[in-house]
Amino acid sequence: MKRRTPIYALFAVLALAAAGGQWMLTRARPAAADHSTVVARIAVPASKAEVPSNRPPGYRPQVATGVVDYHGNAAGVACMTCHSTRTPNLKNGIAGVVPKDFHQGLAYAHGGQSCLSCHHADDYGSLRLADGRKAAFSEAQLLCAQCHGPQTRDYLHGSHGGMNGYWDKTKGARTRNTCTDCHDPHAPAYPQWTPVFAPRDGGARQQATREAAHAETPNASHHD
Amino acid sequence: MIETPAQNPEPANEGGMTRRTALKALGATLGAAAFAQAIAPLTEWTDNLTIDEYLQKHYKEMSPVDMAMVIARLQTETKEETGVDVHIGDYRPQPGVKFGYALNLSVCVGCRRCAKACHIENNHDRPSGNSYIRVLEMQKGSLDLAKGRVNYDHAVPDKEKFYMPVQCQQCDKPPCVSVCPVEATWKEKDGIVVVDYNWCIGCRYCEAACPYHARRFNWTKPQVPAAEINPDQGYLSNRLRPQGVMEKCTFCLHRSRQGKLPACLEACPTGARVFGNLLDPESEIRWVLQNKRVFVLKEDVGTQPSFFYFFDE
Repeated sequence: MKRRTPIYALFAVLALAAAGGQWMLTRARPAAADHSTVVARIAVPASKAEVPSNRPPGYRPQVATGVVDYHGNAAGVACMTCHSTRTPNLKNGIAGVVPKDFHQGLAYAHGGQSCLSCHHADDYGSLRLADGRKAAFSEAQLLCAQCHGPQTRDYLHGSHGGMNGYWDKTKGARTRNTCTDCHDPHAPAYPQWTPVFAPRDGGARQQATREAAHAETPNASHHD
Repeated sequence: MIETPAQNPEPANEGGMTRRTALKALGATLGAAAFAQAIAPLTEWTDNLTIDEYLQKHYKEMSPVDMAMVIARLQTETKEETGVDVHIGDYRPQPGVKFGYALNLSVCVGCRRCAKACHIENNHDRPSGNSYIRVLEMQKGSLDLAKGRVNYDHAVPDKEKFYMPVQCQQCDKPPCVSVCPVEATWKEKDGIVVVDYNWCIGCRYCEAACPYHARRFNWTKPQVPAAEINPDQGYLSNRLRPQGVMEKCTFCLHRSRQGKLPACLEACPTGARVFGNLLDPESEIRWVLQNKRVFVLKEDVGTQPSFFYFFDE
């Protein structure tokens, strides 16, 4: 017996498939997040009871001059003091091209970036996002987040970067490090440390004894 | 007439011991022995044991008034011994909170700042350099704890190694608790395994039972210079311990039960440590458990730790 498929059933299946596909697409790729939301989440942490540690709004770095002022404090100059009169060199920072006269001793070890990848050529008191917009130095995380997605995700979920204060935000505030507290933006690879607080307990002593014995008889088979 | 024995009831005992006398003597002997046994603990009386301390009840049986008196006594004793005004709090578990701790092995650099912070925060014995945290230097690709080295002494991190701090895992099935013969250690509602230093007899069964070597014994009275004593203390955590008792990590309950982060976390320069409330679905620890590849140490021994380790991808 030959079964006949009604044509409207075919349409119904097609419509369902289309709707399902659309639904899966929206799930897989949620509508692009509004930039302002991202800024708010990164620059101003979700909870008000949370403050980045030492980059207050309005913070601007100064370049050390090696000169000490009348009170004995190190005197620095704002970036624009020099840069307002000089033409930016787009190549500076890229593969071996470094400023000859200024910024001596600065490390250039950040993925072959040009200085102007991150510094704004029109306003050296600001940073430059990849799309050309300015970002304040206090929002440096925005800049880092453009390339370092997994780290930003972990930072936003409290599993990257040191912190102090309260886990219970109803009871008190929490201070968090921002990227540049720990990473030098010009050479961001995390440095090596000298470990502190060498252990002196029984386990450490036993291990030292064992290793010393092992060192004396290097060829003997070693059983712990 | 025939004389019957009944008319002469004690013919054979003249000059000897009667049954009554014998029973009296026996009773008196047993009584004396029982009394001696009952007061035997008094023979262990030492000069540094006060009446109040001797009569102190178990932590769980103390009323708030008892507890206040105990704390006042301990604070006074500390003042007399060290000259430092300390505050000892009896911090209780918060409802709706179960603590969890996660440690990111991809980020830990092995600098041992956590171990040092623990040493300072918890008023550990200075001469022995005690700490509740032991940082193991492990070969990449292996999780054999027996091959972890604690006394590494070179710039860290070594590229061939990873670093694994180990402290109390606050197990849900703690072997240390079940072996304690006097119930001086137990698990609290927020997941923290605690010790009442005034109830512990120092038998060290718990130290032997712990698969993570997380418990420490006070072989001597811990020595802390007066200027370095942390005055913010908890009865069940970092108060100055007596000699001969066990101690262990309490997730700094004198801090964490007031909403603060543990000292080891604050000391961590890289943010390898994540601490929070496992019962709060919005907490950061829950995000880690749901989104990272998480494991526990020695899962096969069935201790069900509240301390988790993870690697980034």
